[in-house]
Amino acid sequence: MTADFKDWWKSGTPWIWLNAAAVAASLIMVTGLLLLIAVNGLGHFWPATVWQFQYQAPGGETGQLIGEIRETETISVERLRDSGTLPPDHPEGVVERYLLKIGNRDITGLDFRWIPAPQILERTVPDDLVVLERSEWGNFYGFLESVKENGETVAGQQEAWLELQPRLQRVTEIRKQVRHLEKGRIGSINYQLERLRLRQRELELEGKDTPQALAEIQQQRDALQEDFAALQKELNDLYLEMQRDSASLRVMGGQVVDIPLANMIRAYRPNAMHLPARMGFYASKLWEFVSEDPREANTEGGIFPAIFGTVMMVFLMSVLVTPFGVVAAVYLREYARQGLVTRLIRIAVNNLAGVPSIVYGVFGLGFFVYFLGGNIDQLFFPEALPAPTFGTPGIMWASLTLALLTVPVVIVATEEGLSRIPSSIREGSLALGATKAETLWRTVLPMASPAMMTGLILAVARAAGEVAPLMLVGVVKLAPSLPLDGDPPFIHLDRKFMHLGFHIYDVGFQSPNVEAARPLVYATALLLVVVIVILNLAAIAIRNRLRERYRELEQ
Amino acid sequence: MPDPVPAEAYKASAHFRLRLLKDRFVQWGVAAGGVGVIIAILLIFIYLIYVVAPLGKAPEMHGVAAYPVDSENRVLYLAMEEQAEIGMLIDARGLVRFLATADGTALEQVQLPVPEGVRVASFSAARPNSGVVALGLSNGQALVFRHRYRASFGDDVRVITPHIEYPLGPAPIDVSADGSALVSIGVQAEESFTLVGWSEGGVLSVVRALREDSLFEDEAGFEFERSSGYSDLEDILALLIDPPQRNLYVISANGRLAWFDIADLDESRLLEQLSVSAPGVKVRDAALLSSGVSVMVATDDDVISQWFVVRGAEGARHLQKIRSFDNVTGLSALTPEFSRKGFLVGDSDGAVSVFHATAHKQLIREPVAASAIEKLAIAPRANAFWALDADQRLHFWRIENEHPEVSWGSLWSKIWYEGYDEPEYIWQSSSASNDFEPKFSLVPLTFGTFKAAFYAMLFAIPLAILGAIFTAYFMAPRMRRLVKPGIEIMEALPTVILGFLAGLWLAPVVETHLPGIFALLLVLPLATLLAAWLWSRLPQAIRGMVPDGWEAALLIPVLIATGALAFSLSPALETWLFGGDMPRWLENRMGIGFDQRNSIVVGIAMGFAVIPTIFSIAEDAIFSVPKHLSNGSLALGATTWQTLMRVVLLTASPGIFSGIMMGVGRAVGETMIVLMATGNTPLMDMSIFQGMRTLSANIAVEMPESEVGSTHYRILFLAALVLFLFTFVFNTGAELIRQSLRRKYSSL
Repeated sequence: MTADFKDWWKSGTPWIWLNAAAVAASLIMVTGLLLLIAVNGLGHFWPATVWQFQYQAPGGETGQLIGEIRETETISVERLRDSGTLPPDHPEGVVERYLLKIGNRDITGLDFRWIPAPQILERTVPDDLVVLERSEWGNFYGFLESVKENGETVAGQQEAWLELQPRLQRVTEIRKQVRHLEKGRIGSINYQLERLRLRQRELELEGKDTPQALAEIQQQRDALQEDFAALQKELNDLYLEMQRDSASLRVMGGQVVDIPLANMIRAYRPNAMHLPARMGFYASKLWEFVSEDPREANTEGGIFPAIFGTVMMVFLMSVLVTPFGVVAAVYLREYARQGLVTRLIRIAVNNLAGVPSIVYGVFGLGFFVYFLGGNIDQLFFPEALPAPTFGTPGIMWASLTLALLTVPVVIVATEEGLSRIPSSIREGSLALGATKAETLWRTVLPMASPAMMTGLILAVARAAGEVAPLMLVGVVKLAPSLPLDGDPPFIHLDRKFMHLGFHIYDVGFQSPNVEAARPLVYATALLLVVVIVILNLAAIAIRNRLRERYRELEQ
Repeated sequence: MPDPVPAEAYKASAHFRLRLLKDRFVQWGVAAGGVGVIIAILLIFIYLIYVVAPLGKAPEMHGVAAYPVDSENRVLYLAMEEQAEIGMLIDARGLVRFLATADGTALEQVQLPVPEGVRVASFSAARPNSGVVALGLSNGQALVFRHRYRASFGDDVRVITPHIEYPLGPAPIDVSADGSALVSIGVQAEESFTLVGWSEGGVLSVVRALREDSLFEDEAGFEFERSSGYSDLEDILALLIDPPQRNLYVISANGRLAWFDIADLDESRLLEQLSVSAPGVKVRDAALLSSGVSVMVATDDDVISQWFVVRGAEGARHLQKIRSFDNVTGLSALTPEFSRKGFLVGDSDGAVSVFHATAHKQLIREPVAASAIEKLAIAPRANAFWALDADQRLHFWRIENEHPEVSWGSLWSKIWYEGYDEPEYIWQSSSASNDFEPKFSLVPLTFGTFKAAFYAMLFAIPLAILGAIFTAYFMAPRMRRLVKPGIEIMEALPTVILGFLAGLWLAPVVETHLPGIFALLLVLPLATLLAAWLWSRLPQAIRGMVPDGWEAALLIPVLIATGALAFSLSPALETWLFGGDMPRWLENRMGIGFDQRNSIVVGIAMGFAVIPTIFSIAEDAIFSVPKHLSNGSLALGATTWQTLMRVVLLTASPGIFSGIMMGVGRAVGETMIVLMATGNTPLMDMSIFQGMRTLSANIAVEMPESEVGSTHYRILFLAALVLFLFTFVFNTGAELIRQSLRRKYSSL
């Protein structure tokens, strides 16, 4: 046995296994990470069971806690004894404790609470427990007592739940109209008023502010303001309508609270839901996540503006990066004389891919935003000064910065594609009398197009995940309007935008209630990861197919 | 089919010429575009340098105007307003005159209410931005006034009108306790006023005017407190009061400096008395630097020294000489800047020099006048000065001195800042206080950058290189086709996600399972070896079911199980070894501070990001080692392991090294992970349980708030330039190594 072991040891096999362990560990980490994000991200939308705990604190007083179990962990008794959550005479060892989301932030102050398992006397899952998603103060947990209209009870106890749903539907309808008014029409009027102000200032600067022109502007302004007043009145009426109904709920501890239906987004009884209902709920939450605006400092609601901003920024970047990257690659491979210079340029281009992205951000801020943007403002938008138009971070500068960041990726991929095209094809074309440009346009580029595609996909994948430079050149935590809307000139390249990656950073690290926002961050991260993994797999697949094809060509 | 056209005829046709033109056009277009892109890339480098360059620019000054001042009386004091358009002169008769600095035109004059038969005996100014000046009179009283400037805009032209006001009332205030003339006076003004006078009779008197609260602003009066005492001080040169009006520094011509506590006048006392000059050397002038913490003392032996209060070894506070400037010959005037730590010196040769105290250097010296400079005033923005020479001529000069505080030394060596007890490396770019002096040492940030990279490499190098060896040399091709895309996906993961998981998921896990994390280091290799040994003991029939090269797949369940075991045992381990709470145990027993977002977390998260970079390059290098080399070795009887160690790795080592270099380059520049997974405190502590602040994270945090063109802005650009150059050098090195390796392989 010992001799065996010695031989085995000397053969080097253990080292090979250790090497294998390194690969295994890397693979475990990648898959573990993807699973961690997937489980946490997807779990967020599932209606969680809401527990009701009877507990006894070390002092002897008992109480009631209602909430979702967010986390369970095993912890040494020592840590809990020190903080006083377990009595000093509790036996040594380890215990479980739960992180409860107890909601009701307006009443309890904190919406999360740890409770160690030994404190719990009794646990139940009451069917009639109601969860409210509210437009402010986060979730609410309680038992429905009655539904009121203008303060008068219209339904109590058993009927209350049935009465609540249609009334909630009504409020949701009204809310939709309100949002349409506020964001759509009133926003548009405000935008036009601002344009009028700028127009007037422009006339003044050019010295064309004749009384006639001013009167014309004033007339337009009056008309807009009239519209505005009418809309404002309509809006006020809607708000009054919304305030009509309210509901009384009993929270843990017995207190009864009145909540206006206007504050409710959703009301549901998770414990009473059967599987299809839960799945329906899941789908509707998922749809809300990708299609709605964020609420409550980005910690609730959807991430539609962030998705939109990311897509638009990436799109603009692609439009900018593709021609430049391809032209540079064609120059390097087809036109430039191969020699020391092209070798140096290739090394430089390769290395630019390794330059920290934050350096591009610094450059983008200094050169694009302050230098170029500042000069553009002086020349073309003097009427808006001192408020900057392009002299401030915005989507155009962000796209340009990222285009610069990803141009090496496109150059390298395209060059690789060009270099794999057998020279016999070029020679054949030239021999048939085509000019170099025609050869390039008709044969070389079409053959290299999948390689360009690969480069572009990789560039897009990189750009979509990049955050550090964007923080300097145009991303904001909450953009009041999208960079694309119904007001002329429709595409607003000077606007700031929201971005999925920055959303993760901002909500996860800058938000006041990180614990509440965490599931949403996981969901956002999942979305981003899925997009990027798909893009990368696509690039890998295209590249592999391409290699096969060239191999055939060469044979 | 069209008729064939003879080649000659076709070559003459317009169509052919058009094609040629197109071809030429494309050639030029592509060349222009290609060169353009390359220039754009170069532009990054050039622009970074362009922004950073002014940091190293030497200050300049140039004369604007010089004119005689027609005054029969001695000039006591010069001052300028914010825009440096108007200057003020006070003469010994108490006549205040406002002149246009550009040409000396008299604008306005005001006679101060000096009582009949009384002469001005001494003079002092409070901190310059308050505009408060006090005149000590021969009857023991003091006259306090303030010069103010109002800017109004009429027809787009700015008009500045000066005026004089009397914050304590126009009547002189009794200062001297014995009624004798005030030989020396000191004043300081903030919310309340403090006047200190030294009278002919040798009495040191302090008067404090406290604002009385009143319902109506204009009725606010002052309540006066007084204190006085004889002192053995003699020949007092300057009475300096710091702006909070707690400390009084009395400097006498014979080199004594006495430091009094005057925070409470009833309990004012002498704290320390010391000599600030070499024995027998007289003091020529003294002044407080902008925030009023440092006392600058100029002595006859051509030295200016800087003093402030520090806490000594036993916690006792005492005055300490911080640094001195030698060879300041013939000093005749000393004026501190308003908000920075610079000061101006006029000398007997008629030259003016600009100094910066913290940077410890003389920035520039220019001859200004033909005779000695008697009085000097600096503009509040430190962009101009006004000097009076012994021939009664005034000189108005402009100064360009944007970044005096920056030097190689201030960025990279220890600096003794005001309020600190010893020289230190500090990065602190902003603060809520106005008197704040920004501290720009890049050392803690560079240290943090390397610390983060070090721990990341500690985690990444073994995993990546061992993994690369296995994947390239031992792994079955089918598994390799699965593993390589897996690692590529790992590389593509956005770092913001890694950072988020590190900060919000990993950091708490590490904190609660600290013993488990350390146990993993030990248990995982042991478990691997144990599994390998047991596998080799298994009957051949079972082993045959798994072909060679799939060991990694076999190990996956083993590692997961071991990891889970280590984690589930962690709380028990913690109770057993560390009294139930390892972070607290570390702090209490070992004196090691524990930060939740520490280097372990950064090391793991950034290591994760770096592994694929190193892995793919190293794997490539090992995989492309020509097969005949290893086959030869195997044929000579070496085992696979021996072949790997002695032949393959040796050949591939430059490639592996280049992979590590690329990895370091990536770790150094990574931003989001360190931003989210560390506490971002600029510490100089190598401890694995503490965080750090890196250059890149610092840029991300501070860049959006920094003012364009300010020193801070340029230094952040400098940090970006440092990162750029560093990664560029590393990547180029790695690239060159790889290219030479490729040549070597092809020749083999």
